[in-house]
Amino acid sequence: MSLAFILFFVFAIIAVAGAVLLIVAREPIHSALSLIMVMVALAALYLMLSAEFVAAVQVIVYAGAIMVLFVFVIMLLNAGMEERTNWSKVAKYAGLPLGVFLLFELAHWLAHSAIGASVANGSEATNAAVSTRALSKMLFQKYLFPFEATSFLILIAILGALVLAKRDE
Amino acid sequence: MEFITQHPILVVSLVKIVILLFLTLTTLAYLTWFERKVVAHIQSRWGPYYVGAHGLLQPLADGVKFLFKEDVTPPGADKVLYILAPSLALTLAITTLALIPFGPATIYIFGQPTQLVIANVDVGLLLLFAITSLGVYGVALAGWSSNSKYPLLGGLRSSAQMISYEVSMTFSVVGVLLLAGSFNFNELIEHQRGYYHYLPFIPRWHVFPQIIGFLCYITAAIAETNRVPFDLPEAETELVAGFHTEYSSFKFAMFFMAEYANMITVSCLATILFFGGWLSLFPDSWTWTHFLPGALLLLTGIYTAYDTVMNMRGIARIQFAVVTLLALGLGVLCLLPGVMPVVQGPFWFLAKVLAFLFFYVWTRGTLPRFRYDQLMSFGWKLLLPVSLLNLVVTALCIIFPVLVNR
Repeated sequence: MSLAFILFFVFAIIAVAGAVLLIVAREPIHSALSLIMVMVALAALYLMLSAEFVAAVQVIVYAGAIMVLFVFVIMLLNAGMEERTNWSKVAKYAGLPLGVFLLFELAHWLAHSAIGASVANGSEATNAAVSTRALSKMLFQKYLFPFEATSFLILIAILGALVLAKRDE
Repeated sequence: MEFITQHPILVVSLVKIVILLFLTLTTLAYLTWFERKVVAHIQSRWGPYYVGAHGLLQPLADGVKFLFKEDVTPPGADKVLYILAPSLALTLAITTLALIPFGPATIYIFGQPTQLVIANVDVGLLLLFAITSLGVYGVALAGWSSNSKYPLLGGLRSSAQMISYEVSMTFSVVGVLLLAGSFNFNELIEHQRGYYHYLPFIPRWHVFPQIIGFLCYITAAIAETNRVPFDLPEAETELVAGFHTEYSSFKFAMFFMAEYANMITVSCLATILFFGGWLSLFPDSWTWTHFLPGALLLLTGIYTAYDTVMNMRGIARIQFAVVTLLALGLGVLCLLPGVMPVVQGPFWFLAKVLAFLFFYVWTRGTLPRFRYDQLMSFGWKLLLPVSLLNLVVTALCIIFPVLVNR
């Protein structure tokens, strides 16, 4: 048993537990915190794949910025407990089997495909170590158009939010 | 056992962590003493004076007081988050110190090559920002989980303030990153080695080409650590004590320690990015400067010895004699030929960090508090555009090297 093997399971269990807590928790702020837990655990997993830049950015952007806004809004609205309606029963009885089905489907697919085999051999993981310089070269040269298109998309989303917020005046 | 021999890094890291944790907690305790003393002298007072010689045992007394106080949990508080908030704040604040290099990349202790840093990460700066960006949760959750109005308002204010100023803080250091071309702390420091060609007495610290970036950074950093003049989250005239109103006993002490640990981190970062980290102020060829750490400690020892004999009476005299012996012993230790090269890096690093901490306390003793709307408009309408402009100008200078005369 190598150290990386043990650490992988520690962080994987934290991530899965956080995801389950996110759904089960009834207090909105507990759900938000569970989501942060998932994101930080994922960042740790990225770090173990030597994707240091992606790991740091994952924490800064998702856990440090986006989720802070979530928590901020929950605090500002002083949102109470989640209500359980008839629809939540549907989610409980239909969603759980569907979720389990999806899990098995994914496991089956990973076990019987070329990508799954290469992941199991570790060949994908060792190739993944890219320096920040190489990453940014790729982003700003090879994938420049999709990158800029995404930034426009986000700008449009911000404008849309502004229009919606200002409509009352 | 076999597991440990296969992974010696675990043992080495554990030893380093224990040493750093011990030193950090002691420093945190004495930082409160330092702050009270400096503010007192700014206001022509004595400060802590009676608990120990010159109040040197005051931090210990404060710690004991916090431990024995009644630990109150307000009714209706979210118990888990109420306990989680201060632990999160303190843990994250101290964790960042694991990334700070206190000395050159490789030094030799007992002939063994080692590093004066717990984790030398390629993207050290980004990881540090990642950890500090989580610090806002400690404050926000404390405000929310207390189930009380003043803490909630304080928590909201502080999370808004911390998000706003984090943007400017990050932008203000990108200029330095562009100059050095690396996220790694040791490479950032090595890039500042040497002197300017035309002005051979000025070291090539990033603070000179990036003076605007530095001013933006230090302003945003003070706001980020919730210190005067940006201590809106705990403005006592408006919010009682802000987010930690409902906290008492050791949980309150944890918030206090987190604030001071954040001050240390921010000062370390300023030292690394703008003031050459562990690099000496003087050229390497001036070997006499290697005697400085030991000589300064010996001078301190001689002064305290004089003070002990002339001014101290009773038990204070014994305490000050111990301080004298410590200073003299450390001074002699720093002059030993085997130890002298090792202490050079840490000496310069700590000296610069101490200067920043003094600056922090100085501003606290001097400046009044901002109003909340002033704080927000200052952050978004002045600090952010200026730091962005600095970034653009720096990038242009790097693309067209003719503009810069290096």
